[in-house]
Amino acid sequence: MKKEIMRSGIFTRRALLVAGGQIAVFGILGAKLYKMQVVDGEKYTAMARGNSVSVRLLPASRGRIFDRFGAALANNRQNWRALLMVEQTDDSASVLDAFSKLVPLSDSERTRITRELHTHQRYVPVMLQDFLTWEQMALIEVNAPNLPGVLIDVGSTRIYPESELLSHVVGYVAPPHDADLKSDPTLAMPGMRVGRTGVEGFNDIALRGHAGAQQLEVNAVGRVIRELDRQEGTPGTDIGLSIDTALQQATTNHLAGLSASAVVMDPRNGEVLAMVSQPSFDPTLFDSGVSNTQWQSWMSDPRKPLINKAAAGVYPPGSTFKPAVAMAGLSSGAIGPEEMLNCPGHFDLGNARFYCWRKWGHGMQTVTTALKNSCDVFFYQVALRTGIDTLAAYAKRFGIGADTGMDITNVSPGFMPTKAWRARQHKAWPLGDTVVSGIGQGYILATPLSLATLCSRVATGRAVQPHVARHRDGVLQTGSAAEDWPEMSMPSHYFNLVRQGMFEVINAPDGTGKIAKLALPGVQMAGKTGSAQVIRVSRAQRERGFNSMDLPWALRPHALFIGFAPYDAPRYAVAVVVEHGNAGADAAGPVARDIMTDALTLDPAGRDKPLNPPPASPLQSS
Amino acid sequence: MMERRLWREGSLGVAGKVWQTNWFFVLLILCLAAVGYVALYSAAGGSPEPYAQKQLVRFCIGLVIMVAIAMTDIRIIARYSWWLYALGIILLLVVAKFGHVGKGAQRWIAIGGFQLQPSELMKIFLALALGSWFQKASYEKVGRITFLIVPVLAILLPVGLILKEPNLGTAVITGAIGGAVLLAAGVRWWKFAIVIAGLAAAVPVGYHHLHDYQRQRILTFLHPERDPLGTGYNILQSKIALGSGGMWGRGFLNGSQGNLDFLPEKQTDFIFDLIAEQFGLVGSLSVLGLLLLIVLGSMLIALRCRHQFGRLVALGISVDLFLYVFVNIAMVMGAIPVGGVPLPLISYGGSVLITAMIAFGILMSVHVHRDVEFPEADG
Repeated sequence: MKKEIMRSGIFTRRALLVAGGQIAVFGILGAKLYKMQVVDGEKYTAMARGNSVSVRLLPASRGRIFDRFGAALANNRQNWRALLMVEQTDDSASVLDAFSKLVPLSDSERTRITRELHTHQRYVPVMLQDFLTWEQMALIEVNAPNLPGVLIDVGSTRIYPESELLSHVVGYVAPPHDADLKSDPTLAMPGMRVGRTGVEGFNDIALRGHAGAQQLEVNAVGRVIRELDRQEGTPGTDIGLSIDTALQQATTNHLAGLSASAVVMDPRNGEVLAMVSQPSFDPTLFDSGVSNTQWQSWMSDPRKPLINKAAAGVYPPGSTFKPAVAMAGLSSGAIGPEEMLNCPGHFDLGNARFYCWRKWGHGMQTVTTALKNSCDVFFYQVALRTGIDTLAAYAKRFGIGADTGMDITNVSPGFMPTKAWRARQHKAWPLGDTVVSGIGQGYILATPLSLATLCSRVATGRAVQPHVARHRDGVLQTGSAAEDWPEMSMPSHYFNLVRQGMFEVINAPDGTGKIAKLALPGVQMAGKTGSAQVIRVSRAQRERGFNSMDLPWALRPHALFIGFAPYDAPRYAVAVVVEHGNAGADAAGPVARDIMTDALTLDPAGRDKPLNPPPASPLQSS
Repeated sequence: MMERRLWREGSLGVAGKVWQTNWFFVLLILCLAAVGYVALYSAAGGSPEPYAQKQLVRFCIGLVIMVAIAMTDIRIIARYSWWLYALGIILLLVVAKFGHVGKGAQRWIAIGGFQLQPSELMKIFLALALGSWFQKASYEKVGRITFLIVPVLAILLPVGLILKEPNLGTAVITGAIGGAVLLAAGVRWWKFAIVIAGLAAAVPVGYHHLHDYQRQRILTFLHPERDPLGTGYNILQSKIALGSGGMWGRGFLNGSQGNLDFLPEKQTDFIFDLIAEQFGLVGSLSVLGLLLLIVLGSMLIALRCRHQFGRLVALGISVDLFLYVFVNIAMVMGAIPVGGVPLPLISYGGSVLITAMIAFGILMSVHVHRDVEFPEADG
């Protein structure tokens, strides 16, 4: 009993203590309420009445994009614009009416503004009009009392100084979609843009940076009285590309008027020096929304100006694939380095007959001479001996049908068929398909970019990956030195045999690509021609004396060319595809020769600083 | 003394129980619910839909639950304390595994279309379990450190589970309730001193294990201008609403902050702002006073109870209510980090309301059965 009394005594004391603490804390809360509501009440009332504290986001400036030598390719330009701060107006419709009397608004603009007024959060201003003239600004300033919540602000617009020249590589920005707004609400700020394609698209997050914010004290008509707090955002990362604008321009000139694409790469490190797809488009058109007629004209153009054909255009590689077949055959032991195979002009597999491009044949051929002559029958046999799966494995190591790691959007890996792929379609792999794979026909697809990669890897024996982002915020990225890339781990004398064959393609008197011989003293190019059929040519047509030049443009074969130079110490690899250009040697060869000549003359990969003074005119090739 | 206990020995008849009910306390609860109805009516811009009406229905359901528990013999509740505690732990484990993730934390489970937050129930079950553990213990026995191992583990287990959800606010409240019950049970002062010193030393370590959003809240609290559009914006707008009420308020349904949607979640966490804005200091102090009466009324029930179980449970519930009110009001005043703790019986939401009514029911039962005899204390 005594124990119970002691226990309840302790409980009572301690419970009273807790209760005392509770009363004290409630007392403090009450005192704080008195302080806020009565002592500071007027301050808060004023803030509530004018809602005088306004929080605004400060959009981060988008990272700029430069070329190899620091020339601006994507930049930000300031412009004056009128914004509506929704939280500072009671009747946004009448403000909008008053505003449109001063600055006329089109119907579509009004629809957009009304939509944004409903969807945006209250503290996100809505853009009424950008690119204001001085007269419009003055009008708005004078009429400020009638326009509560309207303020003039500096915005920024993305500009592309090189316009069409680099639109496929640099890409473009466009207004954000709803999905973008969900992932990053700061994109709802007026004038915010999202990178859609190219470098802009691939590096969008890094280019965006982080938005800052400012707290402003404003009066009842929305005029800013003072800034209470400001937190700067972090600007986006500046990206320096490996592209040389001068070489890009020269390459574009050589492709002008064609539906064609070309890639110039540094085979030592995979840096892309020029990437051209013709025809091109003006990237600034996307900034404020593309007009319907413009869109229709792009869509109806058979030359597909919006597509970056250099990275997303897929073509059967044709004979430009043969260096990869040669490497595969040699490395897998399917063909000896000195071994000779006969070309009677055709190759029979069962009942099927496969022709060489030269009806009467080439006779006995080694790997080197077969490359020089682009002998089809030789490579039919090499492919058959190697087998499609082994061939595919080697092709992928050379970048055909594999992800090359290129750092822009919309890059196609091309395609390399295997038996397993065919089996997934529940079909058997006929040996005839292996035969045609030996000359880059059948299911194989490559892009100019992957062909340039193939050419680079053959030229240097290193597994370089193509890329354009060379500097980030001025810091040189890994991958710009040859040592950053692994060796291909195939015997070097096999590489030498293939390079020798490619050398003879251009420099032997009877080489199939001798039209591409450089006119520069002491510098030789090695390369390979190719043409890819768009339609199948039947045996009957062939025997009647088929000439593809008689076909309509859209059915003619594509002309392809790959090459690297200088032969003894390669600094440049080039791949050219001229759509429906017919034979590779005729249409693509001279173009590749001219591009290579300009590359060697301008030599962007051989120097770190711009040429000073720049050359008056690029050396003309003969 | 002896004779009084004798006539309360057996169970009371229903009439006797009704006679023994603390009707003043019931009146306080009804007043609080009325305040909640008015606040929710104004949160909807002067309409019973969509908040006030629904909440009234829930309150009526809660009232039935409360009466049912109030009429239950407290000894039956005491007998099943540890079973309820185990149920609470199981619910916490279920929520950890299958719970609905809301606002970055996994704390809800749905039972028959009814959203339940087990951590809320767990606080009451913890008070019950601790009460039943100390029911028979003498002051000497409580002084033994080995006797304290079970209750301390019983506190740490749910606190750990709630921390993992993660719900820092409720975990701290749960720990504080446990601590208060231990204190009232007679655990020596110096033991609290050691634990508090240990916790203070662990804060910097614990900070590293906080979730990003929790750290963000603390940082935002320390520097409100860091994140003016996130939680800082809410705190600022909340302070404006509260402060602009002045002495007499801006009048019923005349609060601009609340009406103009500057306040996020005004019907739940920031409901007190609406009262303060519309009815000024007079209104906010009245509500604060009403809440204090409920907290102290619970404490009074604890003090009038003649068995240790009832005392400790009532004290635990009093501390629970007190912490709720303190955290919520301090939060809307911008005095502590935003914590997502609602105001019981005023904020919109079923889970907290039902939990509060269960707690009130247990309080009532303690009061009705304040003189019943438990088996004799040993040791």
